[in-house]
Amino acid sequence: MIKFTINGKLVQADQGDMLLTVIRREGIDVPSQCHHQAVEPSGACRLCMVEITRQEWDGWSKFVTSCLYPVEDGLMVTTHSAKVIQLRKTIIDLYLARHPNSTEIMRLASEYGVTRTTYETVADGDDCIMCGLCTRICAHMGFSAISTVGRGHDKEIAPPLKEAPTDCTGCLSCANNCPTNFIEFTRDSNSLTIWGRTFETLACSQCGKTTITRDFAEHLSKTRDIPIAYFEVCDDCHRKETAKTMGRVVNWTREVQA
Amino acid sequence: MRIESVEQLRKLEKKYRGETESHPVRVHICYGPGCLANGAQEIGDRFRKVIKEKKLKNFKVEAIKETGCHGFCERGPLVVLEPEGTFYTKVKVKDVEAIVEKSLGKSEIIESLLYTNPADDKKIQRYKDIPFYAHQKRIALRNLGQIDQTSLHDYIAAGGYQGLAKALTAMNPNKVIKEVELSGIRGRGGGGFATGRKWATCAKIESDVRYVVCNGDEGDPGAFMDRAIMEGDPHTVLEGMIICAYAVGSTQGYVYVRDEYPLAVVHLQKAIEDAEAVGLIGENILGTGFSFHIAISRGAGAFVCGESSALMRSVAGEVGEPRAKYIRSVVKGLKDKPTVLNNVETFACIPVILSEGGKAFSKIGTPKSTGTKAFSLVGKIENTGLIEVPMGTTLREIIYNIGGGIKDGKPFKAVQTGGPSGGCLPESKLDLPVDFDTLTEAGSMMGSGGMIVMDDATCVVDVARYFLSFLVEESCGKCVPCREGLYQLHQSAVRICEGKGTDDDLEIMQHLSDMIVIGSLCGLGTSGPNPFLSTIRYFRDEYEAHIKEKKCPAGVCTALITYIITDRCTGCLACIPACATDAITGKKGQVHQLAQDKCDRCGACYAVCKYDAIEIH
Ligand SMILES: Cc1cc2nc3c(=O)[nH]c(=O)nc-3n(C[C@H](O)[C@H](O)[C@H](O)COP(=O)(O)O)c2cc1C
Ligand code: SF4
Ligand code: FES
Repeated sequence: MIKFTINGKLVQADQGDMLLTVIRREGIDVPSQCHHQAVEPSGACRLCMVEITRQEWDGWSKFVTSCLYPVEDGLMVTTHSAKVIQLRKTIIDLYLARHPNSTEIMRLASEYGVTRTTYETVADGDDCIMCGLCTRICAHMGFSAISTVGRGHDKEIAPPLKEAPTDCTGCLSCANNCPTNFIEFTRDSNSLTIWGRTFETLACSQCGKTTITRDFAEHLSKTRDIPIAYFEVCDDCHRKETAKTMGRVVNWTREVQA
Repeated sequence: MRIESVEQLRKLEKKYRGETESHPVRVHICYGPGCLANGAQEIGDRFRKVIKEKKLKNFKVEAIKETGCHGFCERGPLVVLEPEGTFYTKVKVKDVEAIVEKSLGKSEIIESLLYTNPADDKKIQRYKDIPFYAHQKRIALRNLGQIDQTSLHDYIAAGGYQGLAKALTAMNPNKVIKEVELSGIRGRGGGGFATGRKWATCAKIESDVRYVVCNGDEGDPGAFMDRAIMEGDPHTVLEGMIICAYAVGSTQGYVYVRDEYPLAVVHLQKAIEDAEAVGLIGENILGTGFSFHIAISRGAGAFVCGESSALMRSVAGEVGEPRAKYIRSVVKGLKDKPTVLNNVETFACIPVILSEGGKAFSKIGTPKSTGTKAFSLVGKIENTGLIEVPMGTTLREIIYNIGGGIKDGKPFKAVQTGGPSGGCLPESKLDLPVDFDTLTEAGSMMGSGGMIVMDDATCVVDVARYFLSFLVEESCGKCVPCREGLYQLHQSAVRICEGKGTDDDLEIMQHLSDMIVIGSLCGLGTSGPNPFLSTIRYFRDEYEAHIKEKKCPAGVCTALITYIITDRCTGCLACIPACATDAITGKKGQVHQLAQDKCDRCGACYAVCKYDAIEIH
């Protein structure tokens, strides 16, 4: 057990826990854009920074990203010091200049009382905040179909050579986890298009609703040993099916017991 | 043939030295990057041809050595006649025949090829007497210019691999680390971290595998210390690495070479193969049972790849992007194994520390910054080039004694040290001793050793803008403060240079800089605002002139200057065709007119006017 304090309150955590996890468990609101439980932290957005010090540091302190900083005995963490708030406001201010139309950024800005940007609004600023969640999640899914391309201010997320990605299965994990809903995809009655590639979607054999793409179904079937047929029934019908089976089981037990 | 023991290595040293000394005159032709670009190769070829033709009695072709960079590239191509040290500058192919005939055949000196001291217009024969060299002390660069750059024989003849031999046979790993600690050497790659302590930490970590990595990424524009060492004395880098590997218990090392340095790769590769062939790299080194392998890894061509975590990812074949880490790479580095990463120049000093002793090294320089440091001295200075001086030498000594002062006798304005994210220091700081802590305190930094001297025709706001633009380009773009923050900082600098700065700008820039410093993920971001921070510290009035008076005092920022034709104009017509926008009109013999609304301030008229009739306001 590791013991340390957050905003003066003594807390306990397991060795290897990251500060952010413990801070949130304590119900303290620290913003983040690039953090997701399922994937390795990356430290890109810097919103989760907190100030840390120790008794023996003699008043000296430093700023660390809590998503990446492992808990330590005797650490004294301040989540909302004046400097930390200044830093978060500056990051939000920079975000506002770059992504003036993003509702997510506007929400964050109003939370921190940033009303307008101090900086020059970037003319062609889109809503991609380069948190890199999509690429990390895609890699975590085992596809690595998209990655960051270029560097600096022009960095962007794209498939290799910016062509339709061969490793993509159309699973939509990237789009579903994009904090600013920047990643677009379109659906047709029996297809789905994302990253410039169109996938055939499976339809529910019972209600006709589209389920997942054939490529993704085949991938899951191969890696998780689930028959393809399983994906030809949508979640709703699966549930109904289960309920029906359960019903039948209940009836049958009744019959048996009768 | 394998070298199986230290005794055998000593014998070889003697033998090879004897072979070298048996040549009464040796011709050292500089094959460094600068001299090669100016035709050193052709000069070398010509030498061989002429010597063959002339059939000189006491001169063999083996006495021609292709050496690494001598440092005084500006005077190249250089040819030095050893052991006398006669120093021929700006040698041309057509001079070769005379050199062979007179200097090799009859030991005459060719006056016209000697260096002229600008101070008294006198010729200087030996390079050791030339001020540029006389004030230097060379440790890392000790063999450059002295030995054939890829010759293992020459390296051994110069005492090479003796440090390694001593470490492997007379010392245990712990003793080696103690020796390095005793030397006080701090990393030459920028951070100035104590090398001995780094090795000690790495050695202590429980692990089956440890790596030794040499950082030869050298991304600072204009810097070429590491390149000169890797190309001109590759064995010293390898020897330093092997000693480190023995000290920390590693069996595999990598040299990470910047992609723009193909020749360094070739020379290092040859050096590795030559050392492997005699058993100085590979299994059972010098018959001691210790084994270590070295491979070359090519850089990914980005400045940020020199940063330790990015470099290790790049060596491992991943994208060279920094990784946030609160666990240092000595603990968890390459492939998550404990790793020692040191700079080329750091490794180049290690053999000397071992052979001469850590104590001797620690007596050079200052107590907290021991030894020497190499710099690439460039800019508006008489003698540009590659130099090495004891730590603690003052900026003034470097700029005036070695560098020969400002070009064309102009006034000094600032010296920029530490590479793109270093800082600019003014005249009042010229007497500061150059060491890690003093430079940092003064708001600049040692960096890897770039030194750019600027005269009064330099606008520091424009300089800050330039370095910021470099950093904006080179930011990897991963974290927000660096990617967006440096971008905005640069935008502000551009606005100020264009005369669009407002009173609030400086305060906004100061605050943003503070936030970038504390908020960025890697060293590129945390030091990124330095070009602004150091110039605003020492040259605030210049920023204010741009913002308040809309004037560029140095006459550089084109939006803020006007060209005016004064009555010194003789009406020579020269500037009229030079002006691309037809802004100048006039008749022969009469003062010309410049239409300000048409002038796009390119400065072409200013450049062509022979009568100093055009002024910049
Ligand atoms: C953006 C950035 C670029 C760097 N580039 C280099 C480089 O080109 N060469 C180098 O030796 N160190 C470079 N460094 C420093 C390395 O991270 C590391 O500190 C150094 O290689 C350690 O070796 P040393 O202790 O011998 O100096 C860079 C650091 C940063 C933050
Ligand atoms: S500080 Fe700059 S270079 Fe370093 S990780 Fe952040 S964006 Fe990349
Ligand atoms: S959540 Fe920690 S840096 Fe983004």
